Amino acid sequence: MGKRTVIPFGPQHPVLPEPVHLDLVLDDEKVVDVIPSIGFVHRGLEKLVEIREYPEMVYVSERICGICSFGHGWGYSHAVEGLLNAEVPERAEYLRTIWHELSRIHSHLLWLGLLADGFGFESLFMHCWKLRETVLDLFEETTGGRVIFSVCRVGGVSRDMDKETLNKVVKTLRGMEKEIKELTDVFFEDYSVGNRLKGVGFITKEQAMELCAVGPVARGSGIRQDMRLSGPGIYNELGFEPIVFEEGDCWARCMVRIGELFQSIDLIEKAVEKIPEGDIIVPIKGVLPAGEAYMARLEQPRGEAIYYVRGQGTKFLERFRVRTPTCMNIPAMVKMLQGCDLADVPMMILTIDPCISCTER
Amino acid sequence: MAVMKIKNVVLRSLFKKPATLLYPVVCREYPEKGKGHIAVDMSTCICCSICAKKCPADAIKVDRANKSWEISRMSCVQCGCCVDCCPKGSLTMENTYTQPDVSLTVDTFFKPEEEAPAEAAEK
Repeated sequence: MGKRTVIPFGPQHPVLPEPVHLDLVLDDEKVVDVIPSIGFVHRGLEKLVEIREYPEMVYVSERICGICSFGHGWGYSHAVEGLLNAEVPERAEYLRTIWHELSRIHSHLLWLGLLADGFGFESLFMHCWKLRETVLDLFEETTGGRVIFSVCRVGGVSRDMDKETLNKVVKTLRGMEKEIKELTDVFFEDYSVGNRLKGVGFITKEQAMELCAVGPVARGSGIRQDMRLSGPGIYNELGFEPIVFEEGDCWARCMVRIGELFQSIDLIEKAVEKIPEGDIIVPIKGVLPAGEAYMARLEQPRGEAIYYVRGQGTKFLERFRVRTPTCMNIPAMVKMLQGCDLADVPMMILTIDPCISCTER
Repeated sequence: MAVMKIKNVVLRSLFKKPATLLYPVVCREYPEKGKGHIAVDMSTCICCSICAKKCPADAIKVDRANKSWEISRMSCVQCGCCVDCCPKGSLTMENTYTQPDVSLTVDTFFKPEEEAPAEAAEK
């Protein structure tokens, strides 16, 4: 047995878009143990419920994270609507689903780029991000914002999309599909990509279940778990079925996300075909019931997120709590890292798609 | 397993225009519904200060005595709440951004003075 060394990894590291610190305990080149520590970007957003009324809190919850901002706004709004027993117009639910799936496409394209950058494939990274730009342009045209949209309100959405815009969204996405296919084929078939991803960061179905992994990490290990099956939105009407891979390694998690890219385009097209006419928002007034709580579950691009709200008889919430997907995937990541080579550490950290701003809020 | 699978994409992009623009020489076109900045029409504003109360970022201040309306451009989050709640429709969301600045800017607008006496005389 060689001498054990502790190598600090992060908070500033080329593969990390956000700060997280890992102490890697090494035995020669093998990682024996990992001690993660977070807390570099804590902003105390949940405490702001004390000074922000519940309709204004949507904007704060959107700012939890820049990548899944629409999902956070939707999750919070859904939780407050549940607390107030409010019925959201059907058209608003369709529009929310379309925007949420668009943000899934942009999140996964961003992640594919970061992964390519992680193993040193610069041109693949640039091409992935070039495609993501088209999705951001679609967001700007439909919501007005590229990162933070401010369209989700408690009771519905604030902006509508006419038939022409909806068709344009579908047409643009269908036009992108061929280009996405070319890039994802590189992940599928390229020799060097396969070398970095296949058989790396293996986690069994049982381990993933035991460690409460969520999202693509769970689905990459063969667990059929997706909040789109039971959560808010109109996914049941669109015939949604989660994409599951059995392999449990980095490659499987990558394939889940690639599959979801194409699935999201199909879901948006189906939603556009079925979208009903009608109102997009219902006026919601009054105070939040005292002592009552509601928990909303939503499938973010990175996995299941939970939004817990509790009223106190005023316009201010007593408690707002978000449990984000990365928070649940960190134990699974630690398990993957134990026993791997030092050179594979970035791949495993990247394939859980860490969003540290979400985790720390 | 293929080697250099990406070569077709890379070779094709060699003969295409760059995906980026030479900003600021070439400016991009902003979409019609874009959220650039808030504009105010002071001739219709009644200084009711509903927008200031509704603003989630506390970026708007209305002074009824001086009949002025001011917005802190750096605090504004472009949510559009003030545009939705304005009873006179004086506020609009413009799709262009304000010019870049080196300090925190607060834009102040005053109600046009010359119209006030004329209106008073009519009444």
